[in-house]
Amino acid sequence: MEIKPCVNIRQEWDIVGARQLGREKAKELGFGTVDQARIATAISELARNIYLYAGTGKVYFETIDRLDKKGLKVVAVDEGPGIRDLSQVMQDGYSTSGGLGAGLPGVKRLMDTFEINTEWGEGTEIIAVKWVR
Amino acid sequence: MPKRVDKIVIDNSDVIIKNWLKIVSDKKQNDYTSSISDELFQSTNREFVNVIFDSLGNGGITTELESFSERLVNLGWPLSYLTDGLQTFRRVAIDFVLSQHDKIDTDLFSIILDRVDSWVDPIINKLVNEYSGSWEHTVSLQRVALQELSAPLIPVMRNITIMPLIGTIDTERAKLIMENLLDGVIKHNAEVVLIDITGVPVVDTMVAHHIIQAAEAVRLIGATCILVGIRPEIAQTIVNLGIDLGKFPTKSSLRKGFETALELTGRTIYREDKKETIVKDIMNQLSEG
Repeated sequence: MEIKPCVNIRQEWDIVGARQLGREKAKELGFGTVDQARIATAISELARNIYLYAGTGKVYFETIDRLDKKGLKVVAVDEGPGIRDLSQVMQDGYSTSGGLGAGLPGVKRLMDTFEINTEWGEGTEIIAVKWVR
Repeated sequence: MPKRVDKIVIDNSDVIIKNWLKIVSDKKQNDYTSSISDELFQSTNREFVNVIFDSLGNGGITTELESFSERLVNLGWPLSYLTDGLQTFRRVAIDFVLSQHDKIDTDLFSIILDRVDSWVDPIINKLVNEYSGSWEHTVSLQRVALQELSAPLIPVMRNITIMPLIGTIDTERAKLIMENLLDGVIKHNAEVVLIDITGVPVVDTMVAHHIIQAAEAVRLIGATCILVGIRPEIAQTIVNLGIDLGKFPTKSSLRKGFETALELTGRTIYREDKKETIVKDIMNQLSEG
């Protein structure tokens, strides 16, 4: 079991720390510049969601190294209020904070797999993977 | 009784210093200070222990302690060196005083602990304050420096201004960008503003949102905003995110954006045969602006 690199999100600047670490990992794994930018942007969205809606939480990274493919797994966990209506949140243009509302659906498009576990009042966990092509 | 503890420690300072130096030097082997030369490390240790005893003799913080800590802060020694050193001193001193007594009961033990704590704690507090003070100072200076770099607006030609953005855009900076942009448009009477994001590493929905708002605000006061410096990978992530930047013109490079800006203000670049005249022309235009 390898040690997972992890960034605690407590203040706005931690978002930068998270995406820099993620970009570094992506570079190590051999992602191209476009995919690096996609991953960094996705991490930025996830970390910002934690900062905006949950206050604190963490983002950690796992490198997946299988025989057939390699990839980077990004996990964002918080113990915030959770998401009440998932289908609404995954719609483009829906935002409760006056933003563009492109965050989560955008992350889904930026990454290859996207999984969200949330319970109203319990917190949220988002797992997203990008495969090296 | 406390006086006796003092006396034991001060009278036997040689032994205590020897024990202390030994432990601290052993620690160095696999430690943060391993990159520091032996000679410097030993001399600093000796000075450190002298400073400690000095402050014992004089009952508290001395000017030597102050200048010593100031010097270490400036040299960038780790704070843990000092706190570790003082913890080690606490242990060595207590061990030694206890070894001087045959019969040890809890009263005696607590007196000794109290006494030694009353020397060591003020020194630790003083050092930690000194260090955190210097850090806070550095951080506040950097914040000011960062703010100065935040959102410059450059009037390049009459009616055309450029705002080059470099680095991460956070909420505070986004506010500054908006303010500077609007102030600048009014002040320089700009018709076209170019926002250059070549140096912005990541454009996520928040950054895009702020740029859209700024462009919209610029449009409201009667100027046109052109977003330039969109790198191919940024263009792809913007499309993936599903962000609509269709409300204002965008260009891949500052050069192309500038050409568009010239067109919008009714000017074109044309090449003359003699290079000197072009240069002169540009110089004239620049001085006009």
